Amino acid sequence: MSVHEPTSHNFPENARKALGNKTLQRGLASAKVGFRIRRSEAAARLPEFETLRDESRDIKNHTLAHIDLYLEEFEKRVVERGGHVHWAADAAEARETVLTICRAAGAKTVTKGKSMISEEMGLNAFLEENGIEPVETDLGEYIIQLRGETPSHIIAPAFHVLKEEVIETFREKHTHLNPDRVIEEARELQDEARQVLRERFLGADVGITGANFLIAETGSTVIVTNEGNGDLTQTLPRVHIVLASLEKIVPTLEDASTILRLLARSATGQEYSSYTTFSTGPRRGEDLDGPHEFHVVLLDNGRTDLIGTEMQDVLRCIRCGACMNHCPVYGAIGGHAYGWVYPGPIGAVLSPSLIGVEEAHHLPAASTFCGRCEAVCPMRIPLPKLMRHLREREFERGIPPATVRWGLAAWAWLARRPTIYHLAMRLPIRLMALLGGRKGRFRSLPLAGGWTSQRDLPAPQGPTFQAMWNARGGRREASK
Amino acid sequence: MAEPGSRPNVALFVTCLADLFRPTVGLAAVKLLEKAGCEVSVPRGQTCCGQPAYNSGDRTNAAEIARRTIPALLPYDYVVAPSGSCAGMIRKHWPALLEGDPQMSKLAISVAEKTWELTSFLTDVCGMQSVDAEYDGVAAYHDSCSGLRELGVREQPRKLLGTVKGLTVKDLAHPEECCGFGGTFAVKYPDISGRMVSDKADDIEATGADLLLAGDLGCLMNMAGKLKRSGSAIKVRHVAEVLAGDTGTPPIGEGEP
Repeated sequence: MSVHEPTSHNFPENARKALGNKTLQRGLASAKVGFRIRRSEAAARLPEFETLRDESRDIKNHTLAHIDLYLEEFEKRVVERGGHVHWAADAAEARETVLTICRAAGAKTVTKGKSMISEEMGLNAFLEENGIEPVETDLGEYIIQLRGETPSHIIAPAFHVLKEEVIETFREKHTHLNPDRVIEEARELQDEARQVLRERFLGADVGITGANFLIAETGSTVIVTNEGNGDLTQTLPRVHIVLASLEKIVPTLEDASTILRLLARSATGQEYSSYTTFSTGPRRGEDLDGPHEFHVVLLDNGRTDLIGTEMQDVLRCIRCGACMNHCPVYGAIGGHAYGWVYPGPIGAVLSPSLIGVEEAHHLPAASTFCGRCEAVCPMRIPLPKLMRHLREREFERGIPPATVRWGLAAWAWLARRPTIYHLAMRLPIRLMALLGGRKGRFRSLPLAGGWTSQRDLPAPQGPTFQAMWNARGGRREASK
Repeated sequence: MAEPGSRPNVALFVTCLADLFRPTVGLAAVKLLEKAGCEVSVPRGQTCCGQPAYNSGDRTNAAEIARRTIPALLPYDYVVAPSGSCAGMIRKHWPALLEGDPQMSKLAISVAEKTWELTSFLTDVCGMQSVDAEYDGVAAYHDSCSGLRELGVREQPRKLLGTVKGLTVKDLAHPEECCGFGGTFAVKYPDISGRMVSDKADDIEATGADLLLAGDLGCLMNMAGKLKRSGSAIKVRHVAEVLAGDTGTPPIGEGEP
């Protein structure tokens, strides 16, 4: 579990390191622009894109209001089709469930499709501790597994890794291949990974995937991938385990289709991802392929506690990554600095809810409220509003340091009393203007170190506007 | 609202930054509003829109500041602020802050509905088509996030700037990117904010402009501070100063020559 201990409390230090990491910065600078352009072009090509956002929001709001009903319906359908549903209250219970299924299948190797829930559960480390080898089959996930890292982006887990680093990693880890082989281009790297993984697919006892949707009316689970690795993961082994958090549920196939029209467009700018795979129960008698066992592990891990609260909207998230692709803070520091599974704006609102405000209090604070995340979120999650709400919760719990609280209280006391405020500000502002002198700015100033560590502070002009307005006898009341 | 043909009563919400740091922005705003045919007053009962408290999680103080300021703004036909951020706070957030208090919430909505950012008020409400100003130079325009995304302010300042004699206006390569100010964010996370404003400064420099304009003093002080720190010669001003032809004072972050 060591890999998944959150370091969110250490966010400022994490961020500082990320800002100083030249390789990471090079990757971030090029990758984020591409995501943004492709999303904006995809949205522009679809006239009903904005309408779909409204419809999808409404679908999820309706589902969350009746989530118990739809989950029970889902379970019933899965069981009818010969599958199993396992309810897990927290990550530990989910891990145990997976282990029990793997042990019953006599599993030594499990292949895995990309799953953020698996990351949330810390599943890989747990399986390894129990003598089962997990093999990630999504190219990005595979790369970071070889490198012993965690994902830095929810749809592009190896966002932080440069091509040159992948070449290095493959040469170091694929020791059974000819050391003189040529691997320079992305294509050659893909081919090599495909070749290595093909053997792993065939040898796996259990396949584990995530789920983008759970469909109540059919008991189906849905994944979207671009590499086809998910299909091989779930159809080749004898046992297929789906890991999903509760809020992935939608009532009907039609609902999933509506939201699917937004998902890839918001994520990669594709109209659809290359593969959209629906799994309904295990192999039937007449089927030529498919798993013999079909299990769905439904993870709660604090999510039901959010229903009916101010934070409920976060459960509409479909994990497209658009918020982080457009976030200037994510764009500056990348995903690892956030210190837990979910980075970017969605992580800033989800992590405090799942791992606690004390651990993750920096995340909702580290935003300028520029609002770009909300502007692009396909599910219209009011991310800045949720971050502000979490800041209020932190403030109520007394998490901000005493100096900040007292400073704010003193300022607010004045700001509530205009007459005193206007008089009280005159002298210090005059003084500051004098000190700013000929240059009109400060390179450093007591108590303003946070500001002046990065930029000069422009000096005030001298008189306050209120004083100037008084002096010229300006109008103070509306004329009748 | 104003009778047809009469001059609308406008309350100037100066904003705390213009009041304390750059009063000439307030004067420029008054000049523009008067030119647009408004009767401008500056109600005494204003200090700040409350964002420092609101965005720090101190909802109680933010609500209290809103509650105390609302009566001062109520008697007017319009409330105008030379800032998208402060106008956005009054327009979008005051009603939400006071929604638990039925009576105050009604008043907050009434103030919100008549509150405007300066340039959008001039064009969209007053129908101003042009200004009588000159500036010989090339300006880069920065869209502040709140103005852009909360209030839809984008074309309005450009439209008016397009009529300033001698001025060419250029867009940034990444016009929707935040400058890294974010109020207390700039001092709480200086390293991240520093990277953001540094990228912004590069974008500004790349336009070849000799002047940077925006409609929000927070962003302007951040960008001016960075440009001056790195020795840039680009002058920084609030858009109202150029539109009003008030460019006799030193630019932001510069002293008397």
